[in-house]
Amino acid sequence: MASLITCPHCGTRPKEEFSIRGTALSRPHPTASEEDWHAYVYLRENPKGRYQEYWHHAGGCRRFLIVDRDNVTHDVFSVVDAAAIGRLSE
Amino acid sequence: MRYSAYSIIKQALSGNRLWKPAWREPEPKSHYDVIIVGGGGHGLSTAYYLAKEFGITNIAVLEKGYIGSGNVGRNTTIIRSNYLLEGNIPFYEFSLKLWEGLEQDFNYNAMVSQRGVMMLAHSDGQRDAYARRGNAMRMHGVDAELLDRKQLQALMPYLNYDHARFPILAGLLQKRGGTVRHDAVAWGYARGADMHGVDIIQHCEVNAIRRDEQGRVTGVDTNKGFIGCNKLALATAGHSSETARMAGLELPIETHVLQAFVSEGIKPAIDHVIVYGAGHFYISQSDKGGLVFGADIDYYSSYAQRGNLATVEHTMEEGVSLIPGLSRAKVLRSWGGVMDMSMDGSPIIDRTPIDNLYLNAGWCYGGFKATPASGFCFAHLIAKNESHHVSRFLRLDRFERGHMIDEAGKGPQPNIH
Ligand SMILES: Cc1cc2nc3c(=O)[nH]c(=O)nc-3n(C[C@H](O)[C@H](O)[C@H](O)COP(=O)(O)OP(=O)(O)OC[C@H]3O[C@@H](n4cnc5c(N)ncnc54)[C@H](O)[C@@H]3O)c2cc1C
Ligand SMILES: [Zn+2]
Repeated sequence: MASLITCPHCGTRPKEEFSIRGTALSRPHPTASEEDWHAYVYLRENPKGRYQEYWHHAGGCRRFLIVDRDNVTHDVFSVVDAAAIGRLSE
Repeated sequence: MRYSAYSIIKQALSGNRLWKPAWREPEPKSHYDVIIVGGGGHGLSTAYYLAKEFGITNIAVLEKGYIGSGNVGRNTTIIRSNYLLEGNIPFYEFSLKLWEGLEQDFNYNAMVSQRGVMMLAHSDGQRDAYARRGNAMRMHGVDAELLDRKQLQALMPYLNYDHARFPILAGLLQKRGGTVRHDAVAWGYARGADMHGVDIIQHCEVNAIRRDEQGRVTGVDTNKGFIGCNKLALATAGHSSETARMAGLELPIETHVLQAFVSEGIKPAIDHVIVYGAGHFYISQSDKGGLVFGADIDYYSSYAQRGNLATVEHTMEEGVSLIPGLSRAKVLRSWGGVMDMSMDGSPIIDRTPIDNLYLNAGWCYGGFKATPASGFCFAHLIAKNESHHVSRFLRLDRFERGHMIDEAGKGPQPNIH
């Protein structure tokens, strides 16, 4: 994994400042079906290659970020604030 | 050829020229009763028990690399059955019992060493939790002993008992736990399966799963062409999501990397397997003298068989805080393996919603100790279409039904199980 992550708020920081939450999935609507909630909580596409993951900048701005990266080569393509993506999809 | 003292003497007298390879290297046939994808410990033991215990011998094991290239040859070799929960204890105890008879059973020296596994407690709460775990084990007929500080100091004088933050208060010992030479497990099962007629096909990667109009699995496409089968069994630890996807299934699994380390060889110093309760550090000494140890996974999803330096540093810090003398040993090698981290930290041995497709997955970093039972139970499932009684809780649909087996109580967060 890359040793440095560029936080959109704090700049380039060591990876150890972040804690990793898992796949960047959007939360279903509260009234969504049980199947949707089951898929959201438990099922993962888990692709080999390009992958979007929630990283929490615990040792910095404490914002949730989405890190778009490759889980084989460890290239990082982009790091954006999770809220920015959330607002876009609304 | 059976291995025995006689065979060693005979070979020695003939200059060791008559040894035969431990298994054949056949070309794949066009069709098998059962194809097992993945020639790791679990795939090979499944083939062995299918042939030996359940009478199915027309089997191929397809391995994309070479035998032993996956996690079976990368783990820190610890075996134990000191679990807490109902779905786990009987299963892992069955596995430990199989380990105890394994070398005689498959006629191969796997160096099964029941040197004892010690889990250390560093707070009153943790000691209580270990007392509870030990009681749960004993109620299932599994050996467990809670040792106090004095008893520990006599057994392991080199530990850092008076660490300011994490003093050592007690330890839960399972004497029957220990280590096994991991490569020998792969080789022993491969040879045993081969002797029963199983075709072990190395450098054969499965790229697609073919199904008929009714959705039933009919075979697989590989770099060696199409191979047909009546039943398809996936045992592709670390890549289960990738192989299941070929049949359109999504699994409750994320893939992560775990690293392991070995030091230069030193004189016998550490007699047991020791697990640090304040971190997640574990260590044992190999028969060659190297200290074999590891700690947590790297936390980010990874399919790369290499880890991050920050984790190396973290592991060394944990090790030295538990055993200060470790700081004097040089690390010789380190490596990584990619594993299926499941959503509750427990594995899956089950049928799938797809006819003729069977799944063995989600072993996290604890699947080596399970190798014999996993193979036995998976073979039982494939042969009889029903779960073996000790693996009946390890179902794929347990998440949907709310029957998680969450030993650590961490919830659906695969990177912290
Ligand atoms: C560093 C490390 C330390 C560990 N320490 C311990 C320990 O001390 N105790 C313990 O109990 N467990 C431990 N584990 C976990 C244990 O090693 C695994 O859970 C277990 O080995 C997984 O089962 P396996 O042996 O079948 O896996 P593997 O040996 O990984 O077998 C899976 C095989 O499937 C093959 N494959 C994948 N995709 C395909 C395809 N498309 N076509 C063909 N073949 C394919 C792979 O090449 C691989 O050989 C550790 C793991 C690691 C990485
Ligand atoms: Zn930040």
